[in-house]
Amino acid sequence: MAKFRKLKEFVIEKLIFASGIASIVFVVLIFIFLLREGVSVIKSTSLGAFLGGRFWYPISDPAKLGILPLILGSLLVTAGAILLAVPLGIAAAFYIADVAPAKVRYVLKSGVEILAAIPSVVLGFLGITLLVPFLKHTLGLPTGLTALAGSIMLAFMALPTIISISEDAISAVPREYKEGALALGATHWQTLTRVIVHGAMPGIIAASMLGIGRVIGETMAVMMVTGNAAVIPTSLLQPVRTLTATIAAEMGEAAKGSPHYFALFAIGIVLFLISFLINLTADLFLNRGKKR
Amino acid sequence: MKKRTAPAVVFLCLGLFSPFPFPKSVAPRTSAALQIKGSDTMVNLGQAWAEAFNRLHPDVNIAVTGGGSGTGISALISGTCDIAESSRAVEDKEIQQAKANGVVFNQEIVGLDGIVVVVHPSNPVANLTMDQLREMFMGNIKRWKILGGADIPVVLLSREVNSGTHIFFKEHVLRRSKKKATEEFSPGALMMPSSFAIAEEVAHNENAVGYYGLGYISPRQKVVAVAKDGRSPFIKPTIESVRVNAYPISRPLYLYTNGRPAGLVKDFVDFVYSKEGQDIVARTDFVPIR
Repeated sequence: MAKFRKLKEFVIEKLIFASGIASIVFVVLIFIFLLREGVSVIKSTSLGAFLGGRFWYPISDPAKLGILPLILGSLLVTAGAILLAVPLGIAAAFYIADVAPAKVRYVLKSGVEILAAIPSVVLGFLGITLLVPFLKHTLGLPTGLTALAGSIMLAFMALPTIISISEDAISAVPREYKEGALALGATHWQTLTRVIVHGAMPGIIAASMLGIGRVIGETMAVMMVTGNAAVIPTSLLQPVRTLTATIAAEMGEAAKGSPHYFALFAIGIVLFLISFLINLTADLFLNRGKKR
Repeated sequence: MKKRTAPAVVFLCLGLFSPFPFPKSVAPRTSAALQIKGSDTMVNLGQAWAEAFNRLHPDVNIAVTGGGSGTGISALISGTCDIAESSRAVEDKEIQQAKANGVVFNQEIVGLDGIVVVVHPSNPVANLTMDQLREMFMGNIKRWKILGGADIPVVLLSREVNSGTHIFFKEHVLRRSKKKATEEFSPGALMMPSSFAIAEEVAHNENAVGYYGLGYISPRQKVVAVAKDGRSPFIKPTIESVRVNAYPISRPLYLYTNGRPAGLVKDFVDFVYSKEGQDIVARTDFVPIR
């Protein structure tokens, strides 16, 4: 009987271990697959021409596979989204964690969760019918399908991540800090800006980074509102084409084994590396926060 | 009833969890299901056919999905659909791939489509020649004033590269059907994910010009008449002008099957060619072939 129990424990232990490493195994497998398919792009273009090329005409013969406009498009839309979402998200987190009365806090927290639950295609649909014409008319643009429209959509999607993680970080600041500051005669505002912010900073930075990670990988809403023109952007009020939208729009057509097909996988690698760097940075900040 | 579907459900679940798709011989393609996939232009047409066909054969399960002509043809090659709807002929590249997968294309021309060029209803420009369209979509005409419109910028709207309409417009209008031509859409042209997106933007934007199939015409956009060259008359795209080949931007609509149609696929193709099937072509604003 004891032997049987030992065996059972052994099996269960190994199963849990397998589940634990499964996600790492998957990540490695995905990366190997991407690498295997994507590296072949250098057969048809040099790495420099791929990363630095200014023209994206994937189905022409010979194909022009320069993704510089796409990289810049993704970075611009993401930068715009961060400028909008990070200040708003952090301010909302402070309000929810430290200022709002309990009842308001409860309502706001559920509101944020609902925002996170809206499918991106629905946001994109609202964007194309409401936001895009609005931007065109209020800003007097040739078209409302711009990087700015994409940034606003993405800001909506990044907000829930930024708010909930920052809020956790703020709530995790030891109560004694706040009480100590108040006891020393600091006002609530001084306590907030000089004491709590310092304690919560690593968590807030991690929240922002995770928000950015969410934003740069987002596809559907961006594809619907940014106009997808593969030009090197000079302002937020121009149409842009992002890396993700390019993969989504073109994967169905790309003939397997063609330079276009490999180029789309190579774009996948570029995206993978960008989000990997962002997540790594977020992790570093989170861990720094824990050590204190 | 419940009992009969149970094995199929189990089979489907197995399919979901197996890392590789089923080899073709094992695939549970029951005789009472049809997968139709492809051209976004033809998706409404396909759905209308499916509904009418279903009234005659109520036990048949038909799924019609879009995604673009290339998507449908790829699906036919990989065996994930029975009929591919396409707004362009298959390419040599695709025929080679099909051969490698043991698929032989069978082509059926089931109707005609005119590509209409649309602008905002307030735009005074009503006529354009093929050359003007070409220059405009290559980005060489930047303001409407040059074409007799207001002094406002031109915003070009194109479909994505997975669209048969995009490829047809590029080859037929920009490259004037010359095999070795290298003309491209202006890099500044906006690539819209669907005809709906183009229609929506043209309806709201007085700077915009876009193109899509005859089926999407609505009063919210203004249709431009097109002339073959400077000496030819300007022709409005209508069912009649496409049928007599007077309108310069038109194309055939295809159904592709793997080999000669047989069984249910044959029933469906026969239905498409029947009087009722061709009436549906006309009703969805395309041009019947018979």
